[in-house]
Amino acid sequence: MRALTWHGKHDVRVDTVDDPEIVNPRDAILKITSTAICGSDLHLYDGYIPTMQKGDILGHEFMGEVVDVGPGSTLKKGQRVVVPFNIACGSCYQCGKQQYSACDNTNPADNQDLGHTLYGHGMPGIFGYSHLTGGYAGGQAEYVRVPFSDVGPIVIPDGVDDDKVLFLSDILPTGWMAAENAEIEPGDIVAVWGCGPVGLFAVQSAFLMGAERVIAIDHFPHRLELAKKFGAETINFEESKTYEALMEMTGGIGPDAVIDAVGLESHGLFLDNVVDQIKASTFLGTDRIHALRQAIVACRKGGRVSMPGVYGGMVDKFPLGALMEKGLTLKTGQTHCQRYLPALLQAVMEDEIDTTFLISHRMPLEAGPEGYRMFHDEQNEVTKVVLKPDMALAA
Amino acid sequence: MADTLSARDDAPATTAKHPPDPGTDDLIERGNEFVARSVTINRPRAELYAYWRDFANLPSFMDNVVSVDATGGDRSHWVVRAPAGKTVEWDARITEDRDGELIAWASEEGADVPNSGRIEFRDAGARGTVVTATIAYDPPAGTIGKIVAKLFQREPAIQARRDLKRFKQLMETGEVATAARNRAQHAEEMN
Ligand SMILES: NC(=O)c1ccc[n+]([C@@H]2O[C@H](COP(=O)([O-])OP(=O)(O)OC[C@H]3O[C@@H](n4cnc5c(N)ncnc54)[C@H](O)[C@@H]3O)[C@@H](O)[C@H]2O)c1
Ligand SMILES: [Zn+2]
Ligand SMILES: [Zn+2]
Repeated sequence: MRALTWHGKHDVRVDTVDDPEIVNPRDAILKITSTAICGSDLHLYDGYIPTMQKGDILGHEFMGEVVDVGPGSTLKKGQRVVVPFNIACGSCYQCGKQQYSACDNTNPADNQDLGHTLYGHGMPGIFGYSHLTGGYAGGQAEYVRVPFSDVGPIVIPDGVDDDKVLFLSDILPTGWMAAENAEIEPGDIVAVWGCGPVGLFAVQSAFLMGAERVIAIDHFPHRLELAKKFGAETINFEESKTYEALMEMTGGIGPDAVIDAVGLESHGLFLDNVVDQIKASTFLGTDRIHALRQAIVACRKGGRVSMPGVYGGMVDKFPLGALMEKGLTLKTGQTHCQRYLPALLQAVMEDEIDTTFLISHRMPLEAGPEGYRMFHDEQNEVTKVVLKPDMALAA
Repeated sequence: MADTLSARDDAPATTAKHPPDPGTDDLIERGNEFVARSVTINRPRAELYAYWRDFANLPSFMDNVVSVDATGGDRSHWVVRAPAGKTVEWDARITEDRDGELIAWASEEGADVPNSGRIEFRDAGARGTVVTATIAYDPPAGTIGKIVAKLFQREPAIQARRDLKRFKQLMETGEVATAARNRAQHAEEMN
């Protein structure tokens, strides 16, 4: 089959590789119909995530048609499914508590050692996202093997367009959980740092959960424009002083809840120096938590901090005092996608949540490398790239 | 007297910063180096005990173990992978067996790598069962020791943790997680 593979910094290629097969009883094989490039994929693209190997197949946001199933799968051939980016077993203690992204069992044991060293615990499996989280082949390919297919995938009714439901795989539930973690109360003012896909879904979700006002912060005019469409007020941090603007816009109180939907995405430097244990003293990237620091400082006393943005290592100059003295609550984590899928599918089908607005580019899988380049270099206009293996290459 | 008392805490002996004096710990049948690891498995105690008690099952989750054959009575024959495609073998006997609770075994006199092991199962309420494995061995000396030293060079504590994680995966999910893309790759990994 054809698959988008990682070869090094800014070097992704479409290669011919072996087709995937059923290996374990609970597996299913999908024929991919749509797969998106995520902000998180840019970390890999920039070469900042260790434990990537040449030839690794990328992609954790995908959907497709079931073409083969193992005896333990509950799926049937011919069904269309969307697959959560993180793999969950459904039977460990955390899965029983619907903490799917804390699953114990989906990362092969040998790949959990680094997690033990870095975080004190092994991490669960994620599709197409380095060997720290399993080394699973991703879905930016013609076919993918889906382990534990009786737990993750959600079946999509006929007649619902791919573009409408594809983001159930990651960024929609991530934006939703970000808003849920902000514990929004009616009348709240919520501030969201980052108007990428996660931030934009957090904006929509915050309104649905009863926020009275949402203030969105970014520096890309087009992305801020999209936030405005959903009713958010905006701050362009290149035009205005964010903290001062937030204070004035909230009558000196500060937002009741703040959401960091930036993470390390735009600043790059990430796990590389984390893993470089010998150089532990180089954990200097104070700029890298700029948005989070600002969010904590701006948040009203007694408020809530929600952090969907991804961090991987240690940080410097974390405003711990502000967190404690103001009595803030901090909630974070990889998204427990499986927990939200049925309700979110319903919301999307009833047009309560708009998903297709985000897609700026649709291209064939063969054009994947160009898709990565554009998403990386032209963030203002390129809000989301969706690859379609069946689409013909333009002449 | 008071000193000794104040130095004690409730942490397991295997997590002590200073190893216990030889002879003071009856845990270890054979071998002076030992590691212990616990894992909580969301399954009933009896089921976990039964799977483990059939030693022939051990290679399904223990990476280094090629085979364990019952050789009659409480005896078994172990074949364990060593570097450079070699294997080490020994005979072992069960030294203690309490249904649903504990299995202990030790290598017979004359084994190249004198070793013993013990696996305990304790109820953990809604969380299932706490399984604790303790493996003890004598780091080998001499010619054969050279090969075997390499075998154990791969941090036994990490090896034990990995094996227990695979046991947990198998018991909780019915399979051992793998990122293999196809069956050929999977077969290769199993070797
Ligand atoms: N928790 C999860 O499970 C999960 C899932 C998916 C993505 N994520 C993470 O969420 C974050 C956002 O993802 P995305 O796909 O939207 O990424 P993205 O790169 O498309 O968007 C990030 C946005 O943040 C903006 N930004 C950068 N610095 C800023 C600052 N100082 N203040 C305000 N805005 C700033 C950028 O201009 C960009 O528009 C990433 O860290 C990603 O890895 C987390
Ligand atoms: Zn993603
Ligand atoms: Zn689980």
